[in-house]
Amino acid sequence: MRTSTKPSKLSLLWLQGATCNGNTHSFLNYPHLEAVLERLEILYHPLLPSRYRIGELEEVEKCHILVVEGGVREGVKRGNREFKELLELFIEKAQWVLCVGSCAVYGGLFGERGVALKGEEPTPFYLPKVINIPGCPAHPDWIATTLWAVVEGRELIRDHLLRPKEIYGYTVHAGCPRNEYFEWKVDAREFGKREGCLFYELGCQAPYTRGNCNQILWNEVSSKTGVGMPCIGCTEPDFPQENLFSTKTYMGIPARFPLGVPKRAYLTMTGVAKSFKIERLERRLFEED
Amino acid sequence: MARISREERKRQIMDTALILFSREGFFEVTMADIAQELGMSVGNLYNYFTSKEALAKELILYISKLLGEEIRKINFKTISAREKIGEIVRFYFVTAKERPELIEYFLRIYLANREIFKNGCEGFLCVSPFVTEIMIFFEEGVRSGELRDQDFFSAFGLFMGYLGGMVFLMGEGMLPNEIDYYIEDISENIYQALKA
Repeated sequence: MRTSTKPSKLSLLWLQGATCNGNTHSFLNYPHLEAVLERLEILYHPLLPSRYRIGELEEVEKCHILVVEGGVREGVKRGNREFKELLELFIEKAQWVLCVGSCAVYGGLFGERGVALKGEEPTPFYLPKVINIPGCPAHPDWIATTLWAVVEGRELIRDHLLRPKEIYGYTVHAGCPRNEYFEWKVDAREFGKREGCLFYELGCQAPYTRGNCNQILWNEVSSKTGVGMPCIGCTEPDFPQENLFSTKTYMGIPARFPLGVPKRAYLTMTGVAKSFKIERLERRLFEED
Repeated sequence: MARISREERKRQIMDTALILFSREGFFEVTMADIAQELGMSVGNLYNYFTSKEALAKELILYISKLLGEEIRKINFKTISAREKIGEIVRFYFVTAKERPELIEYFLRIYLANREIFKNGCEGFLCVSPFVTEIMIFFEEGVRSGELRDQDFFSAFGLFMGYLGGMVFLMGEGMLPNEIDYYIEDISENIYQALKA
């Protein structure tokens, strides 16, 4: 006779610092949210049914997973407590700390710092229990995958910014449907068109931004670069930069090169590519457009 | 006599061909003339270059690498863009004086006979080592704030067109002074035109 045992649940506490709520919304968009929630006991979440209310968090003795959304900033109150105090309290109590979204990771738009990092610099909370999931917002799949790995006890190998390599080991450029245009240096000069690479004119940061956006897609449909909108580098410590929709150049040469590609190598390759005109890539993909 | 390597032999052939082309004109010189000048059989020459066209393409790549390597050394120096301009102009003019066949080939054969180079030397393909270093010179000058940001070709044309024009005048015997007489003024003119 088989005995069915219910898988154990891990307790989760979701704290919000200085935030726009975007990562919560992203998580709620995860198509298999119910399956993830079945494995979690929600101690507190600002939107999901929770065991405790915000004013009762002092009663929580321990939690397996602390999720932090939003940047760390003086004066942000949650319930009757300073957010910073609650954060420090539960970093201490939690087995795992998941920083979700670029504000919680680096400080981002709203914070003076992130939890474990201030930009790229470690804070006193740069700890082995921290997993950083940057993005603006973090992709629902990144949040769910990380939670699932923690629930399953699967180790996530992380980079020096504590980001799981299986998500952030790639650049957003990997898998971009416009790679042929990048290879042959055919520029897009307008947003929203199917054709052309967005790197040379329109500010695309995909060649030096980490993330698997073009491999897992957004809303299971497409990606920014897929629909003709440049990657704005939202997973990186220097996000947001200025002039997101034009490529900074010095005498026509991009100010930043694809990740790890030396300047001479890049200029040599693009010089060669630009010497040829590939007719197919100069035409519209769909004549009907 | 010690045997020389295939690469050295190739370089010997290219150096000889450049001098012959410069002296007699590209279309007047045959593969047989080059072989004769080198004291080798025509058949053997074809072991190194399968045709005069193939030789022509290798020559432009050879010159481009040679010029590119020197400009690269200048790019690596920790000096101002203004000083780099001076060094590039000096190097270019001294090369034009000491080895006029190099620059002449570039100006009179490569630029003037694009049909010879249309297959295999499209665009910047055969001059990439040289153009890449010039690009890096400009890019670093703008990045440091010393040069004005502008379209690459506007700046490239001003710099290289100017130098090419002077060497062309020199080749025609129309300059009243030796080419190095003009180094300082021309460097200053280029800097004034490009500075931020």
